[in-house]
Amino acid sequence: MGVNIDVLRCTGCKLCQVVCSVANFRENNPKKAAIKIVSKLFTEEVRYDVIVCDQCGECIEVCPFDAISMVSGVVIIDPDICTNCGICVDMCPRGAMFTHPEVDHPIKCIMCGECTKYCPRGILDDLAPHDEEEVDE
Amino acid sequence: MYGYAGSILRVDLSSGKTWPEPLTEDLVHNYIGGRGFGAYYVYKEVPPGADPYGPDNVLVIASGPFAGLFLPSGAKTSISAKSPATGLYGDSNIGGHLAAELKYSGVDAIVIRGKAEAPSYLFIDDDRVEIRNAEHLWGLGSIKTEEILKEELGDEFQIATVGPAAETGVVFACINHDFGRQAGRCGMGAVMGSKNLKAIAVRGTKGVPVADIDGLKKVSSAAFRELLEDPALKIWQDLGLAQVTTWSNSIGALPTRNFHENFYEDVDGLSGEIMRETIVVRDKACFACPMATGKVCKASFRGKTVLVEGPEYETTALIGSNCALSSIEEVAYANYVCDELGLDTISTGNVVGFAMECFEKGIINKEDIDGIEARFGSLDAFCDLAYKIAAKEGVGELLAQGVAGAAKVWGDESDRIAIHVKGLEWSGYESRGAPSMMLAYMTCDIGAHHNRAWSITHDIEVGRDIIEGKAAKVVEFQHVRPLFDCIGVCRLQWVEMGFPLEYYAKLYPVITGRNDSWEDLLVKCERIWNLTRSFAVREREDFGRKDDWPPRRFYEEPVPDGPVAGSHITEDDLNVLLDEYYEARGWDVNGRPKSETLERLGLKDVAIELRKMGRIS
Repeated sequence: MGVNIDVLRCTGCKLCQVVCSVANFRENNPKKAAIKIVSKLFTEEVRYDVIVCDQCGECIEVCPFDAISMVSGVVIIDPDICTNCGICVDMCPRGAMFTHPEVDHPIKCIMCGECTKYCPRGILDDLAPHDEEEVDE
Repeated sequence: MYGYAGSILRVDLSSGKTWPEPLTEDLVHNYIGGRGFGAYYVYKEVPPGADPYGPDNVLVIASGPFAGLFLPSGAKTSISAKSPATGLYGDSNIGGHLAAELKYSGVDAIVIRGKAEAPSYLFIDDDRVEIRNAEHLWGLGSIKTEEILKEELGDEFQIATVGPAAETGVVFACINHDFGRQAGRCGMGAVMGSKNLKAIAVRGTKGVPVADIDGLKKVSSAAFRELLEDPALKIWQDLGLAQVTTWSNSIGALPTRNFHENFYEDVDGLSGEIMRETIVVRDKACFACPMATGKVCKASFRGKTVLVEGPEYETTALIGSNCALSSIEEVAYANYVCDELGLDTISTGNVVGFAMECFEKGIINKEDIDGIEARFGSLDAFCDLAYKIAAKEGVGELLAQGVAGAAKVWGDESDRIAIHVKGLEWSGYESRGAPSMMLAYMTCDIGAHHNRAWSITHDIEVGRDIIEGKAAKVVEFQHVRPLFDCIGVCRLQWVEMGFPLEYYAKLYPVITGRNDSWEDLLVKCERIWNLTRSFAVREREDFGRKDDWPPRRFYEEPVPDGPVAGSHITEDDLNVLLDEYYEARGWDVNGRPKSETLERLGLKDVAIELRKMGRIS
């Protein structure tokens, strides 16, 4: 399990974030993305971090409402069951469960693969669906 | 309104009040966004004769309809005000993530007037807007200020800051953002500093509505595919704009030793390849940009090691060859000094290069320059002068006025080699061997800047000694290039990678739902061009052809060496260029817009105002 992303090659353009929001919310709003680029430019490392779910499944265990499940290797939140209690957000080891004031459940990567098509450095390929041909637009 | 956040944030620092105003159809229809909004507010709201450093000046920070969206590089913020460098309309644009974040916060543009009583910063978190105390940041460097605010507020805030040079009012003080991006030109930082405004911090969570999201997906998906499959992309990602340096030198356009020459014999030490090999530590991009021309570099000097974004071409040209530094690491260090002090690298490179030539030629002596051994090639001298300029200490007080101001004191022989137009120092293309580029610099509305009409490639294509017929191309560029500054997109994909303009024409209707054609948009740019010109005509009774004149060096000295050695442009040539240009623009022989031209462009009120003042007939 886990995703391999060469963060040292990330340029911080955040194109993945806007692609994600357009693909999953039909909206230009990187704050509704399931992936997040964080600047570490002001640290010794001078780099960006790519925060995204690696489908580890720990949230499945902590969800008090059984709203989260593993489907074909992808962790999925059922928005009809989710109460947006925030426990999975707090417990996520990668900090990859995101919240937005207009969305009534956490936002997480479902490996739709859209961002992988656009990353200018090609570092997000691990987020594409693994077991089938890339689905075209 | 599709493509827009829908509001203008008004800030009056004198009263401490902030309030939103709805974005109007008139403003959007006539001025598009970005630079267009800036021109509109500066013309309308800055009274003639206003002190650029006074509370009546307005600072406009504007995004455009393309900014923050799923498309290549919608990252540009235009910052406009009456410029302290020229006393005329000024603007400068900045990449990074500010434009996008501004729109997510629900704001298309911020219009700031007045002056805060104490050092302050503007805090915007969606609908929450506050003017906060910034006394703990006053005096700090631009990058340090951003670092501290990021610590205090969080990484999601996008922050624009000014450095010490803006606090003291250096006419070429810039605005910094995103570690190492600058709105460098025209002293926009000085205006911000004069308002006691140390920084602007923005965060937003809102989406930007577009007219046809499926249409946007379709066009942008094809656009990105084309860019990502272009083999040139990797070269841009590796070398960034630093690769322009050797090209510019090879065509005889690289400013060298205060524009005495346009060919630098030591260019190899400044090349993009050397930079990549020796000092680049990270590639960095603006919002949604595949090119990632930002290069974070490490440089050491005087026992201090620093990180800096850059140098890109302009900095290398003006600080590197123009001050005859010998290594890209030296240029990077000087770049750091300028960034932290908040000095525009283009103007600083000009000012220091000018001082070095004046010193070496004996126009000034050592006492005139505080005992600094200001010789070409000396990074020590560069740094010493930069710190003095930012602090306005000793000779720095004079040099802080730019080359035009300094030449008034250092005399006629220095005025001949003070390289500026309208008071703004010349950017990175020496143009004695490129008449259309020369004309572009002469007629640029903000002073000697290349970005309105980078037509040097046109000179190369049609003949570098040809004068006639060049004006039309300059006019064409002066509309299409600023259009990018209006819509809020970086033009590098188009300019450097040959990415077709058709994509932008296709994106405009799917984003905005408006039926303006590309040609309609260019007419709006012509309107904006005439409005900024009208600002100058309204501002100064004697404004005209003389203000479009280049420095004497360019027509009194032929190019001494390099690929276009002997190139020479005469005063007659310059007059031919201007005659053709004014004719093409519908301006009179003195370069003032004719009434009918303004009226054709929907600027009837402006025509009436200027006629009443007796400025146009």
